[in-house]
Amino acid sequence: MQFNFDSTEPIYQQVAAQLEEAIFTGGFNEDDQVPSTTEISKQFHINPATVLKGMNLLVAKDLIEKKRGLGMFVKQGAKDKIMHQRRESFYSDYVLNLVQEAQKLGLTQDKLEQLISRGYQNDDTTR
Amino acid sequence: MTTLHVNHISQHFGKHQVLKDVTMTLEPQKIYGLLGRNGAGKSTLLNIITNRIFPSSGDVMLDNTEVFENDDCLSKMYLMSEANLYAERLKVRKIFDLVQMSYGQFDWPLAHELAGKFQVNLEERFGRLSTGYHSIVKLIIALCVPADYIFLDEPVLGLDANHRELFYQELLAAYEKRPRTFVISTHLIEEIANLVEHVFMIDDGQLLADEDVEELIARSYAITGPRPAVLAYTEGLNVVGEESLGQITTNYVFGTLDDTRIIPDSVTIEHLDLQKLFVYLTNGRHQQNEH
Repeated sequence: MQFNFDSTEPIYQQVAAQLEEAIFTGGFNEDDQVPSTTEISKQFHINPATVLKGMNLLVAKDLIEKKRGLGMFVKQGAKDKIMHQRRESFYSDYVLNLVQEAQKLGLTQDKLEQLISRGYQNDDTTR
Repeated sequence: MTTLHVNHISQHFGKHQVLKDVTMTLEPQKIYGLLGRNGAGKSTLLNIITNRIFPSSGDVMLDNTEVFENDDCLSKMYLMSEANLYAERLKVRKIFDLVQMSYGQFDWPLAHELAGKFQVNLEERFGRLSTGYHSIVKLIIALCVPADYIFLDEPVLGLDANHRELFYQELLAAYEKRPRTFVISTHLIEEIANLVEHVFMIDDGQLLADEDVEELIARSYAITGPRPAVLAYTEGLNVVGEESLGQITTNYVFGTLDDTRIIPDSVTIEHLDLQKLFVYLTNGRHQQNEH
């Protein structure tokens, strides 16, 4: 985990985003325990209330759950859920921005589609 | 659970007014930051709260009980300050003994653990320790006394980066183990910005801000872009600072933006961090006074 304290994104949202990313990329698998509020708080000098607020965002999203007396655990299906959410926001987060930037640069739709194809080919050659 | 009320505290030293009608409430089990420039009145305020000095007017109440000259209330508070209250010839262990006597209890296991981590020799005489180690000994005491309100005035004075890091960790560990109220007064704002939940800013003896860090940051904006666009957008808003680099200007705004105004394409809006906000808020006031 790495926090960007200069960022203007509130710390509790960063806590949530970092944990979510770790769950998505397999840093924490389903049924794994996530670090406790205390651990995160101590290591990064973040107020425990802030860390808890971030964790609660993930609880509300149904990605982690509290097991009384044990700590917080990644829920079954959390990874799929994140995948699903990210697919839904892919259009607004990436595609719209991509098209906007392409328009600013005077790239036509054809040209952009060519570039996307090239991206895929490039991806193939590097793997 | 007790709440600490600081009511209308004013303090004069001769003609010089150090604190002007300061009112604030400290809730149980919260970590606060007390920020102010040199000479703003932070130490005076902490000394008054813990009854080391008397205010010219106002009072401090723990729930409904007046704190002044009340041993029961005072034993619930501990002030760690720059003043060395302990005789130089005393050994560190003896100082811990004395604290235990006056507070009734002392967390010896934690004291030993911390002494080990900070490499303090309990058999050393206090007077032979360096400035940094004077701070460390006092910090260990602050974390080991049974008080519910711990005031730390410049806690990391003379501490190297490693020891500061260790201190923040141990502070949070102690807080998790036994939640209590901490008030941290420091100039190293960046280091405590995420550690404290709520901040009090005092400037020139007056309370300038009394808010949760998150809310403060949410109401602070840096608006950057070509000068005419920035000026047009921020006109009439509470601009607390301005910086220019060539044609590009940044205006710092504290307060609400005007939602009815259209944000020009050329302009970016970001939030400030706590330290920058503090600098602009306290700078502005001094400049205004001079003009």
